[in-house]
Order: sequence, then C-alpha cells, then structure tokens
Amino acid sequence: MSDYPALSGVAAPAEDDAGKFAAGQAGERDAAAAQAARIERSLKLTIPVAMLALTILVWQLYVEINKVPPYILPSPVAVATALWTDWGTLYPALLVTLKITVSALVLALIGGVGLAILLVQSRWIELALYPYAVILQVTPIVAIAPLILVYASSTQVALLICAFLVAFFPILSNMVQGLKSVDHNLLNLFELYGASRFQTLWLLKLPAAQPYFMAGLKIGGGLALIAAVVAEFAAGSAGAGSGLAFRLLEAQYRLNIPRLFAALLLLSATGVAIFGLTSLISWLALRRWHESAIKREN
Amino acid sequence: MMSDTETRPSGETRRRPIVAVRDVSKRFSNGTLALSRMTLDVMPGEFISLLGPSGCGKSTALRIIAGLGDASSGAIDYPGSRVDVRGKPEAEIGFVFQEPTLMPWQTVFGNVHLPLRLKRIGKSEARERIMHVLETVGLEDFARAYPRELSGGMKMRVSIARALVTRPKLLLMDEPFGALDEITRQKLNDDVLRLWHEQDLTVVFVTHSVYEAAYLSSRIVVMGARPGRVVSDLPLDAPWPRVESFRTTDAYAALCRRVSDALQLAIHAPSAAA
Repeated sequence: MSDYPALSGVAAPAEDDAGKFAAGQAGERDAAAAQAARIERSLKLTIPVAMLALTILVWQLYVEINKVPPYILPSPVAVATALWTDWGTLYPALLVTLKITVSALVLALIGGVGLAILLVQSRWIELALYPYAVILQVTPIVAIAPLILVYASSTQVALLICAFLVAFFPILSNMVQGLKSVDHNLLNLFELYGASRFQTLWLLKLPAAQPYFMAGLKIGGGLALIAAVVAEFAAGSAGAGSGLAFRLLEAQYRLNIPRLFAALLLLSATGVAIFGLTSLISWLALRRWHESAIKREN
Repeated sequence: MMSDTETRPSGETRRRPIVAVRDVSKRFSNGTLALSRMTLDVMPGEFISLLGPSGCGKSTALRIIAGLGDASSGAIDYPGSRVDVRGKPEAEIGFVFQEPTLMPWQTVFGNVHLPLRLKRIGKSEARERIMHVLETVGLEDFARAYPRELSGGMKMRVSIARALVTRPKLLLMDEPFGALDEITRQKLNDDVLRLWHEQDLTVVFVTHSVYEAAYLSSRIVVMGARPGRVVSDLPLDAPWPRVESFRTTDAYAALCRRVSDALQLAIHAPSAAA
C-alpha cells in the first residue's frame, strides 16, 4: 500500500551497521588473535603466581643466610608450621572474625542502601539526616569503640557495631551519588509515561546506581574486615569467642612471632577473598553493559 | 509579521486539532523568557517542523506539548483526548529525545519494553508488539543486543521504536538526528517519513536544519529567539512521496530557498517584546 519503496532502513543494519556487532571474519587473523588471547590469559595467572613464589623464596633465603631469629622474622616454613600446629586455636578465631565481618557488611548494605533511598526521596530528609552519617564517618572508630563497649550487651555486639559503622558510610555515600546520577532525559521519559515513584526507583534509579553500589560494596567489604580487627584491638576481648586480632596480640605478648605471622596471613587471605568475591559480584552485574567491566576494543 | 495565513487544503480546517497551544509563555526560574505567547494548532496527519536558531524555545515548546513541565501562562489543549488528574493527556504521545536516551543495562528488547511495562501491559501482548515495532525499524535481529553494541543510527532507531511501541497518534521528536552523520541522517529521515505515512502519525519535529525541515514537513513553523516566539508558519505544497530522488529536484531547491529566507527573516526580526 505504501508509496514508499521498502526503504534501505530495513535491510541496512545487516550490511553496514552490523559490522560492529557481528563476530570478525574467519581465517588466519582470528586464529592469531585467539592464540594471543590464550597467551594473555595464561600470563595473567602465571605472573602473579611466579612473583609470589619468588617473594617467598627470597624471604626464606634471607632468613636462613642471615640466621634471623624467629622472634624477629620467622621464615615462611616456620609460619606454615605454626599455621598447621596452631590451627586448632586460629581456625575458631578466623570464624569469629569472618562472622563479624560478613554480618557487619550485610547490615551495612541493608542500612546504606535503605538510607540512601530514603535520603534521595526528599531534600529535607537529606538535610536532616546526612550530617549524622558524616559525623559517624569522620569520628575515628577507635575513639568510640570504648563507649560502644560500655553500651553494647556483649563484646561481639560491640565489634559488630564498630565494623558496621565503618563499612556503612562508603556504601551510603556511593549509593546516594548513584541514585542522583540518573540521566535527566531518562527521568523525563519515565515522567512522560506516567511512571510511579516506585517504578522510577525500581526500573531506573536502582539499576542506574549499580556501578556506584558496586564501588561501595568493594570499599565497604575491605573496611568491614579492617574495622572488625581494629575494634577487637580496642575492645581487647579475651577467652572464648575471640577473633584473629586477639590471637594476634596474644601471640605478640608471648613472643610467638610465627603464630603472629600465621594469624596475619589468615587476615590477609580473608581480605583478598573478600576483595575477590566483591569484584566478582561487581563484574557479574556489570559485564554486559558498564564500561568499567568491558575490555576496550581498538 | 505574524503567521502568514495561506489557505489550507479544504477539509482540514473543520477537523479538530490534536493539540491546541494557546498563547503559551514559559519563563524559566532564572528569569529567561524561553517562549512568548506561542499559538499553534497541530492538525491530525500533519508533519510539522519547528525550525529556528538555538534559544528560540522550540525544544521548550515541544516539552510543553508533551506535558513535561508546565507553561507559565496560556493554555494547552488536547481536544479529543481526556486528560488525567495532572492535566496531562491520556492519549499516547511518543517522544524521541536529542540523544537516544537508552538504558544501558537493558537490551534493545528491554528498552523498547519500558513504556509497556510502565503501563502494565501483559507479557505476551507486549512481546508481540515489541517484535513488530522492531521489525518496522529494521532491528528485529538485534532484540538481544545491548545499546553499547549498536551504532549511533541504530540506537536512534531503538529510540524511535520505543516511542512507537505504545502506538501513539502524536510523535514528538526533539532534534533527533542532530548528532548523526549526514548519510545516516538522510536514511533515518526517509524512515521517519515512511513510518509517518504507514502509521497515520502526526509528527512535530524540532530541527535547526533548513534542508531537513524542507525535506520532511507538510508545514514549517519558523521561530525566532529572545524571546522564543513563532515568526512565520509555512504550509509546504511540495509533492509526495518524498524519496531520495526528491533531494535533487528543482522543487526541493526552491523549497529550501524559501524556508531559508523565512529563517533569515526570523533571525533578524526585531525582538518584539511580548
């Protein structure tokens, strides 16, 4: 019926626009590119592993050659031995620290995201509440820890509150920034179609804030562990239910430096695991669309 | 000089406008008078271009027609369509922004789905309508692609598909192809004309390009700046259909000259204080 011929628009994408989308041509260039990618992938794994092995080797040699006493610097072998023999003491402590860290992070995520959503609903709410979030953030946690110890029902709860307070703010401030950084034209579009407040939040603001949330998650995850350790230093819990920080201090007082190093190793490993996990979550969420998770193609 | 009233093709005068803009002014919060006493009837089936220099209020006018932001004075009517409690028309209006304005975390399908999702239209019906509209803009094979994987022209097509998926009678386009290269722009111009023709659309198209306005429009409203206002109103009598070959005809060249003259007049017209 149309007076217009079937315009190029229909067929065009298959020809000129599709180049960007379709996979590259088959042939030698592809094979070479695939091999380069394979080599890059294997290097990504081998370089850090080789570097780690080299560091440990140098450390071991340095200790042996210079006959450094173990209470100054234990050798890697001594640390590994301590880790093995003291596992019965260290493992429960690791669990305690992990439990505090993870619960603090989860609470901080719920609280941070929830408060951020509340804050962006109205400028007045933000004016009223944001200063308190800032004050909590800038006050050194070590300085309030003794107070929290007085108020909290148990040491565990006190540690949890401290870790929560530290992890909470980066999540809150990132989330507030993310919820406010929505493309104004997309907001106009939602208004045009009569979207409700909830629809705008659920379909637009929360997805748009995802990259900011992920940044907050990564920072918050690391800080939760640090705060759990720092708070335990300050709280000085003892006996049953003590975490890695207490075991570390205890080992120091007893000049059991290999065990101190073993505890330190466990703390580092926990930190690395948290970082790896939060990075993985971030990558999974953003890999399809956000520039931060996409490899540049030139 | 206000609107130069030439006789319309018979019949159109008696039909009710889709949108009636009456004496509408808009003053921004910083005091700028963006639009001064604009009056415009958009008749069904028209392809109107709002043409003018930057700052003449053409985008502002379009937003007010869409119901985005209120007029400071004057009235805007949607005869033949009821308005909801907010005074916005219930009839579907499609809007295409200057940028594609797509959600990067959604696929092409998800982006086009949005207006239907906001209207709570059932899944199976939505799916059918989305695939159909993607076909009309030639993107049916790209439903699962993400916006970042598409070229600029394709993103604009997704934006058009999203505007059309609610089956609007009125399509508002705010300098949609300004950022595209000339060849892509011409292709999309042809696509828009085809859709206008096939789907009985009424289009209001904001542009600052004389050539684009002359190629597309059945009527051009020329606007002047400081304050933004309507300076002249030219119905175009150039023949249809307008296809690629029209660009090289004398009729098109004459049309461009006429529109260009009108624009020059609008730019140099003394700004009559409202």
